[in-house]
Amino acid sequence: MEESQGTIGQSAVVEASRAAYAIIREKFADAVSEFDANPTMPFFEILDTSRWSEIALFMRDNASLRFTYMACLSGMDYPEDAKLGIVCNLESLGEHGHRIAVKVKCDRDGGAIPSVANVWKTADWHEREAFDMYGMLFTGHPDLRRILCPEDWEGYPLRKDYEVQENYHGIKVPY
Amino acid sequence: MQELEQAVNRSVRVIPQGEGRVTIEKDLSSEEMILNMGPQHPSTHGVLRLECKTDGEVVTEAEPYLGYLHRCFEKHAEVVDYPGIVPFVDRMDYLAAMNSEFAYCIAVEKLLDVEIPRRVEFMRVIVSELNRIASHLVAIGTYAIDLGAFTPFLFCFRDREHIMSLLEWASGARMLYNYIWIGGASFDFPPGFKERTAEFVNYFRPKALELQRLLTENEIFVKRTKGIGMMPPDVAVNYGWSGPMLRGSGVEWDLRKHDPYSIYPELDFKVCVPDGKHSDIGDSLSRHLVRAYEMVESLSMIEQCLDKMPDANGFDPRSAIAKRIRPKAGEVYGRAENPRGELGFYIVSDGKSTKPVRCKARSSCFVNLSAMKELSMGQLIPDLVAIIGSIDIVLGEVDR
Amino acid sequence: MSMSLNSWSDALAQWLPLGLPVGLVIIAALPLVFIALYALTYGVYGERKISAFMQDRLGPMEVGKWGLLQTIADILKLLQKEDIVNRDADKFLFVIGPGILFVGSFLAFAVLPFGPAFIGADLNVGVFYAIGIVALEVVGILAAGWGSNNKWALYGAIRSVAQIVSYEIPAAIAILCGAMMAGTLSMQQFNLLQQGENGFMSFFLFQNPIAWLPFLIYFIASLAETNRAPFDIPEAESELVAGYFTEYSGMKFAVIFLAEYGSMFMVSAIISVVFLGGWNSPLPNIGTVLLNDWTTGPVWGAFWIIMKGFFFIFIQMWLRWTLPRLRVDQLMYLCWKVLTPFAFIAFVLTAVWEIYMK
Repeated sequence: MEESQGTIGQSAVVEASRAAYAIIREKFADAVSEFDANPTMPFFEILDTSRWSEIALFMRDNASLRFTYMACLSGMDYPEDAKLGIVCNLESLGEHGHRIAVKVKCDRDGGAIPSVANVWKTADWHEREAFDMYGMLFTGHPDLRRILCPEDWEGYPLRKDYEVQENYHGIKVPY
Repeated sequence: MQELEQAVNRSVRVIPQGEGRVTIEKDLSSEEMILNMGPQHPSTHGVLRLECKTDGEVVTEAEPYLGYLHRCFEKHAEVVDYPGIVPFVDRMDYLAAMNSEFAYCIAVEKLLDVEIPRRVEFMRVIVSELNRIASHLVAIGTYAIDLGAFTPFLFCFRDREHIMSLLEWASGARMLYNYIWIGGASFDFPPGFKERTAEFVNYFRPKALELQRLLTENEIFVKRTKGIGMMPPDVAVNYGWSGPMLRGSGVEWDLRKHDPYSIYPELDFKVCVPDGKHSDIGDSLSRHLVRAYEMVESLSMIEQCLDKMPDANGFDPRSAIAKRIRPKAGEVYGRAENPRGELGFYIVSDGKSTKPVRCKARSSCFVNLSAMKELSMGQLIPDLVAIIGSIDIVLGEVDR
Repeated sequence: MSMSLNSWSDALAQWLPLGLPVGLVIIAALPLVFIALYALTYGVYGERKISAFMQDRLGPMEVGKWGLLQTIADILKLLQKEDIVNRDADKFLFVIGPGILFVGSFLAFAVLPFGPAFIGADLNVGVFYAIGIVALEVVGILAAGWGSNNKWALYGAIRSVAQIVSYEIPAAIAILCGAMMAGTLSMQQFNLLQQGENGFMSFFLFQNPIAWLPFLIYFIASLAETNRAPFDIPEAESELVAGYFTEYSGMKFAVIFLAEYGSMFMVSAIISVVFLGGWNSPLPNIGTVLLNDWTTGPVWGAFWIIMKGFFFIFIQMWLRWTLPRLRVDQLMYLCWKVLTPFAFIAFVLTAVWEIYMK
């Protein structure tokens, strides 16, 4: 059998996420998109980017949601839409047990997403990594600078149109 | 008067006494010294740079600087096809390579329509648990040597050699296995492997107890680690901690039990949480104890797998693997319990190509290390070393 | 044997070519040369082998049969290494640090009695001199740490100085208990007073019901004096790379290393002189089997004190490879709040025993 998530198990997970989404939708109405109930990673998207940190705080502190654990915050590049984005995987660890994913998008050039580093401390370094690799700014982040690449690296490596720089301090970069 | 006040240091106070006279008071505060630990340092477990601001022996802040081992895993994953990513995944957390491959394969298999043969499931669990024991041995051994106990390190490595020989026999490599493939495994267990593994389990059980006695009941070791690096459970969850770190703070959360995958629901094991009798819950000693107990639990899991495993008879572990791995369009966040915490993969597939659009590795050590700044405030330098040792980082996974 | 050797040393003492006491110098220098060449060399080798066997491995096996020539190979290697001095280091202090350490460590050998006749300088304040010489090492360590121009070395040096200076107190008080039992400070007198037919029963350790306490205190304090584990935080490898001798390479490093083994032997010899009889034989005369008489004499004396020294060195190594190291404040706590009060208690009790019970 495919792992432990049989069809019955999987849809229970999706339904729990849907129930959590309903509470968020009720409070924030049009700031969030429709729920995408795909079996592998149910998610919704934040349409009004400026309200992201408010929604994040609500998701963490509301008694029936309690998304206390941020599993992952990945940067994403959507070249067809000329947008960058983040995908957050959240979970209510040990309490309700439901999970959900949230997507937030912004423009490619100079786009900014509000930082949730003060809501989940996990996001602190993950946002720094997303900035390092993709170049979107996180407004309100306590210390936004490159984390994996050297401080004076040029360009944002994980973008689909990234061209590696020729020279770094006199070392030829492309091999 | 104002110019005078502005002109002097802020640690000097100018108090006007009237009639044009002043009293100048200077604080006898010592200056902060900035001390660099690493990137080459025997106890940072790899190329980690910690910039410590110290006031005498007390560290006011220790900020980690990463990136010295960044090898662009995520960029490589976008140009290599799905099965080809497995060796890259090995090299991230090289001490727990089997577990990392397991996590990756589970994530991709969620997007595929494949039924893993039952024998392969047991094989995967056995090698993962063996690798978990090996990884914890390194963690415990290096923790001991950081604190000055040289001998347990060698005892741990002696026992780890047995595990590496077993895994070399099964997969062909001692450390970077490329064994667990998407949809199966690369080779079946050689004849006699089950018996030798059972022998190892019997050999190692008393050794694990001996290690416990040598370290855990040693008063100096306890004095060096008890009460150091306390992390309350809610802050730990907020930081995204997982694995032995989270269990050391008292939170009972194990992905093998609470978000189970593979055949773990059929195995009988307990989630190791410290009981507070030997250590304070949330301190470095608790985290060390969780790893020590987990080693013994893994032994019993391996025994159960060896009993329940279906027989071979010309079994081909590659039978369920398609020629071209082309997952359907979609995205998935798949995770597994690594010895260091939760290793998760966020994979985006467009359904058409054999290469992922995005493959992000959520590494456990990266998240565990992010709490370093808070944990290190106000500690002495030797305690800083004790805390880093208890976090058990592998820079390959932190930097990817 | 004893007769012929005594006449041999008499003959040497009377050898005065050109009016210079060359013979006497040879008598005094012989044990020192022995110690430096063989005892230290094989001390290092012994440490590597003993630690290897405790850690379930073999240790040096390649160079010479069972690796016996390993240390000689190491010394040859270190001799021909480039002597690197940091550009920003304080050159004078950097060079003089190991020198002071080495000199301080070996100056104490002058008062160690290797036999009834073999002693470098028979001072009547021998023990006091031996304890005081340890203080010289502190200057060497500070010079090495400061002169390296390296923050880590400075950390190690300061910790080491604090440790050595603090632990001198319980060490000195423990030796003072031994001196009270002997009634003298002269090293040679210590040995003569513990001479007797009863072998080990006439050692000070067994003469006094309370003597085990200063013995134990001095042993622990001496571990701290020589920066051995579990008190090796000044050279804590995992925190400070190598502490105050991080920046040293080549022969200077070898000199510091040998100085450490030299002081290990010195404290072992001091403790065996004060509490365990020095060059006296521990074997008793049982009836007509005159074991004690057979094993006493100049050569036997040297043998006994060296064996006792090696025994304590073995115990020091054993402890090093078993125990983790104490943190700096725990170390200080141990010294000031545990060892010093107990040392004072031992002092008072020894005094009571000596005055009233004897």
